[in-house]
Order: sequence, then structure tokens, then C-alpha cells
Amino acid sequence: MSVTDAGRLNVSRDRWYNNPLYRSILLQVLVVAAVLGAGYWFTNNTITNLHDRGIASGFGFLSQRAGFDMVTFLNVTAESTYGYMILAGLVDTIAVSILSIVIATILGLIVGIARLSTNWLIRTIATVYVETLRNIPPLLVILFFYLGVLATLPDVKNAIQIAPGFSLSNRGLFMPAPVVGPNFHLVAIAFLVSLVIAFALRRWAFARRMRTGQTFPSGWAGLAIVVVVTGIAYVASGDPLTFDIPVKTRFNINGGWDLSPEFTSLFVALGVYTASFIAEIVRSGIMAVSHGQTEAAKALGLRGGPVLRLVVLPQALRVIIPPLSSEYLNITKNTSLALAIGFADLVAVGNNVLNPTGQSIEVVAIWMAFYLGLSILISIAMNAFNARIALTER
Amino acid sequence: MTDMQSQGDVFFVRQEVLEAEPPPMRVHGVWPWMCANLFNGFGNTILTLVGAAIALWVVIPVIEWTFINAVWNGTREACAAQPEGACWTFVKANFGQYIYGRYPDPERWRVNLFLVLMAAGIVPLAIPSAPFKGFNLLYVFIIFPVLSGFLLVGGVLGLPVVETAVWGGLFLTLVVSFVGMAMSLPLGIILALGRRSKMPTVQWVCVVFIEFCRGVPLITVLFMAGILLPLFLPTGVNFDKLLRALLGLSLFAAAYMAEVIRGGLQAIPKGQYEGAQALGLGYWQMTRLIILPQAITIVIPGIVNTFIGLFKDTSLVYIISIFELLYTVRNSFSDPTWAASTVPTSGLVFAAAVFWIFCFGMSRYSKFTEDRLRVGYKR
Repeated sequence: MSVTDAGRLNVSRDRWYNNPLYRSILLQVLVVAAVLGAGYWFTNNTITNLHDRGIASGFGFLSQRAGFDMVTFLNVTAESTYGYMILAGLVDTIAVSILSIVIATILGLIVGIARLSTNWLIRTIATVYVETLRNIPPLLVILFFYLGVLATLPDVKNAIQIAPGFSLSNRGLFMPAPVVGPNFHLVAIAFLVSLVIAFALRRWAFARRMRTGQTFPSGWAGLAIVVVVTGIAYVASGDPLTFDIPVKTRFNINGGWDLSPEFTSLFVALGVYTASFIAEIVRSGIMAVSHGQTEAAKALGLRGGPVLRLVVLPQALRVIIPPLSSEYLNITKNTSLALAIGFADLVAVGNNVLNPTGQSIEVVAIWMAFYLGLSILISIAMNAFNARIALTER
Repeated sequence: MTDMQSQGDVFFVRQEVLEAEPPPMRVHGVWPWMCANLFNGFGNTILTLVGAAIALWVVIPVIEWTFINAVWNGTREACAAQPEGACWTFVKANFGQYIYGRYPDPERWRVNLFLVLMAAGIVPLAIPSAPFKGFNLLYVFIIFPVLSGFLLVGGVLGLPVVETAVWGGLFLTLVVSFVGMAMSLPLGIILALGRRSKMPTVQWVCVVFIEFCRGVPLITVLFMAGILLPLFLPTGVNFDKLLRALLGLSLFAAAYMAEVIRGGLQAIPKGQYEGAQALGLGYWQMTRLIILPQAITIVIPGIVNTFIGLFKDTSLVYIISIFELLYTVRNSFSDPTWAASTVPTSGLVFAAAVFWIFCFGMSRYSKFTEDRLRVGYKR
């Protein structure tokens, strides 16, 4: 290689457009310009379009009278405002999410542990469950429960009794409704006080174990305290909680709580569907704990139960919690599929509000704000929890 | 005498032949297997009995409903007369609609050809040892989409135009999922690279986009694409509803894909970057030749899992009234000539079976690549 060649190389490198710093600045300026330009263009178009269609933007419509009726948990009538309607949809979304999360967690935990069973039959049933549900769209599962299961159930006259007070028919799930009596607050206070006592007992037992090495069955003792104190308060205050049990009349079922077929099929479907994912998370979490840990625990003389409770699960939780939280978030997001079966969740209500008013931007903004806010909240909570249980190394 | 002497020292000498030991436990065959896996211990036996009860309680009615009591031939009357069994004759009657939607009958060969072309691209791509991967990628990402666009829409070479409004069924599901996959992969790579970029504005734009898409449900994104996009564009400019849905779905899937690929990028040791830079490679050369080939290979299982999610999510375009498989099936229930109580369940079970076959196939493939990549770590 001659000197001139090297010189030429140097010359081309010295050009300003080959300088990484200038390139980076140029690229960033272009990106910012593109984003701002697109934003300006979209906004401009939107303003023109809205003007042409005669739609006033802004959230003023929220205080207008809606003029349509929906079945929600909050009492909504045609006189309610759009804002109240959306609030009702929000409450419905949260209610469905919580119920589905409870079902999915319990079922997922059972199926996940069953997948690791040494019993071939149990393991196979769990595998078939997971592999079947995981590979079907959630919307299909919801439609299946709605059209294929609940709609084919007998009518109210021949409703299936699941348990005393609980009956299932094509009108949905009927269940006893708790009726709160006048002195119920006393029981609630007693319950809270007993909880505090049980918690204090637990802390004392833990401190003593750390100091002296002696154990104290704080869990059972705490449970006994809560049950006894609350029970005494319940009896003393004169049976303040009664149940309104649905009664079958000739053509209908009266009283109790009536969960609509839409609501029932939505939370059951989402719970059952997500349970298959949670089962896989639980399984992988338990498998992630290395076998040496189990062996070491057994070598220390711990038995099956304590090995699982004291050694395997605390370590498995570290692996389980982050994906589990995103699965909970998924449930909340999947409740938006309610639109397909006409259950009034946030998205379905928003869709109903959007059509007569034309306030599509505002409604979409409300949706996005709710879901994004929720995901940020859950991720903050989960990060905090994660930091608490994270591996503390020397 | 010495003999006697020594015998006297011996403590015990057995005089008779030992009885034969019982044969060793059988370890092969049905009964020993059941002993080891189903009835080893009291608790397990109870579990087995409970499991068997559950299995029989579910399996027998399902088999009865699906096969024994099912109506395979005939009309609505046959199904209405048999409320205890599936109405497969309904599925059979609507089968063409479920596969092709309302695509005109004489043009259905175009859909068939499209399916063949698609298989011809994807099958060799999925087989690790198949040759010509470079050409194969070119075919799948450029040649095939352009070709099938002309083929399905028509309007060239004397092919009559078929509006996207009459597309439907499984074929539309495949079109939507293919476009979603083919768009989300390159977009996801760009977003992932952008998120790891050292340039703050690029990084922030990518982070905001990814986190936004991952934080909201797909339905709201589809609503944005369906309702808000026409508002955002200049008055009079409007494009196809299917195209808008495809755009929404692709961008949404790209955000998820970006996170998967970012995982792969983070798994590449720093030495690879430094080695590439020491060789004098620039950013794009380094990324294209050294980093991406390794990063993408590691995350193939993750990519396939995202594809499975995307395939399942295509059913959501149902909600903005695009006739993909699920909506076609759902829509066929309202046919008054087929009003029978078993019709919805049968149709949904059929749709579920179709979705299941595709998703399960993909998940097996993901497992296969995972095992192939993890040879070194096998225990």
C-alpha cells in the first residue's frame, strides 16, 4: 500500500458527513423533524376533518345526557350522562378483571403443579388442558362459553343447581346476595382488630425465632384469633349478615344476585383461558429452582411440605412474579373482548358513546389513558414487589 | 485328618441347595408401569382415581357429542332432531364459505394457488437444512407478497378484480397473519435497534412507541386504525378497511416483536460488538453481518411464540367487521335455514380446531428449534 492510497483514505474519512458525531446529530434532527412533521400534519388534517363534520372537540360531551340504556353494575338509565356511562363501563372492566384474575390464579396454580406431578394421569390431564386452551384465540373461548355453553343451558324453569343457592341457566348465574345488617360495622372492626393482633403475633414469633431459634405456630394461632374474635363479634352483634337466597318461582328466579350470561361467560372464559398460561408460568418457575436446592433441603432433614414451602416456592416466586404480573395485565386488556358478546365494559361503552356523539378521539384517548395508566401502575407495583423478593447476594 | 480338623473350624456349611429366589419385579409392560406411575402409594392412588373420574366425566360426553351422536349428513331437520350431538353437516355445508369467505366461486383457484405459493415459501424456510435461504427470504418477503397481491386482488392479466370486502374465512385469516408476521419482523428489528441506540431522540421515539402499543389492548389499536386514521388523513383520502386493519395489527405486533428481538440483542456478548468494530466494520455492517444473525437465531422460539400470539389475535379483526375465519363462522349461525340448538357449538368447535392445528403446529416448531439450539446445555 502506497502512501498516496493511505492519504486518500484519510481524506475521505475527514469529510464532515463521515464524522459519527455529525451523523448522529443529523439523524436525530431528521427523526425529530419527522415526528413533529407527522404530528403537525395529522393534527391539521384532524382539525379540518372535524370542522367539516361539525364535531366540536373536547370533553364537554361527558356531561351530556346519554339517552340510551345499558346493563351495568352501577345503576345506569337513559338519563345518565356520558361521563357516568363511561365510569360504569370502567367499573365493569375492573369487576370482570378481578374475578377472572382470581379464577385464573387458582386454576393456573393447580394445573401448573399438576403438570409436574409424578402421577402420569394427573400430569396428562393438566397437559391436555394447557395445550388445548393455549392454542385457541381468547375471543373464540369467550364466544364458545357464550354461544356454545351458556346459551344451550336449560331455561330458568329447569335451572341446574350447582350448590344450594347457586343455579345456572341460560339467564346466567344466580347466587345468594349478602345482606348487611345494622350492626355489621362492629364485626368489620373486630375483624380488622384481630388481623392486627395476628400480624403482631407473627412479628413477635419471627423476632423470637431469630433470637432464640424456637419456633411458634404463629400461622395457626393467628388464624384462631381471627376466627374466634370475629365469631364472637358476629354472635354478640346479633347475626348482622344474612344472605338473600334466590328463590325459584314458577317462571323466574327472584332475589339474590343475577350475573348476566355475558358477564358470566366473559369472566369464566378469560379465567379458564389465562389459567393455561399461568400454569405454564408456575411450572417453569418451579422447574427453574435447581434440583440441588431440593436435595440440600432434604439433606437438612426437611420433609416434603416444608421443602416446597420454605425452599422451592420462595425461589420459584422470583421467576413467577414478573410474567404473572404481565399475565394479569393481559387479562385486563382482554376484557375489552367483551365488545364481541355485548357486555358493557369500558371499550363497549366507549363504542356506544362514540357512535352517537362522533367524539372518537376523546373516547379513544380515555381508553388509552385508562389502559396505559393501569399498565404503569401494575409495573410500578410489580417492580417494587420484585425488588423486595429479589436475590440478596453477599 | 487334617481335613477333619479344618472342617471343625468352619462355623457353618450349607448342606442343601438354596430355594430359588422369586423372579425380579417386572419393570416393563402395562402393570408395572401402572404400579410405578399411577398407584405408587396411597395419596397417588387417590389422585389417580380422582383424575380418572374427571377424565371419564369429560371424555365420554365429549366423544358422544363429537362422534357417536353427531349428525354427519342431512339437513337442519336432522340436526334439530338430535340435540345431544354435533351438527357436522352444518359445517360441511358451509365449508367452502369457511375457507374462502365470499370469494366468488369461479375465482377460488386463485386462493388455492395463493395457498400453494405460501406453503412453497414458508415450508423450506422453516426447515433448517433446506438450501438457498437467501433466495428463500427474498421470495417470502418480497416476491411472494407482490405476486399474491396481484393474484388475489386481480385487475392484471385479465384477472377480474375481487374486492377485499368479499375476502373471508380461513384464507383471510392466513392473509392477515402473514402480512402481520412479514411486516412485524423487519419493523420489530428496527424498533429494537432503535431502542438500544445511543441517540437519545431515536431511543425515546422507539421506547414510547413500543410501550404504548404494549400497554393498550389490540382492539383499541384496531379502533384507532379503523376510526381515527381516516380523521388523521386529508379529507377525501381514504383507503381500504382491510388495509387499515393490517396496518394497525402490524404496528401492534411489531412492538411485541421488538421486545423479543431486544432480548436477543442483549444476549450477544459485548466481545462480539468489540470484535466487529476492531475489524473496522461500521454500525450497519456490524449489525447486519455479526449481531443480527446471532441475535435472531437465539430468539427464534420467541419469534415463533409472537407469531402464535399474532395468529390468535387476527381473530380480533372480527370486532371491526372483517370476515376472518371466526367472524365467518359466527355470521353463519344467523342463517335461518340452519336454526338448530347445536349449530353454534359445532361451528365454534370447528373454528377452534382449525386455530388449534395452526397454533399447536407452530408451538411444536418453536419447541423443535429450542431443542435444536440448546443441544449444548442438555442435562
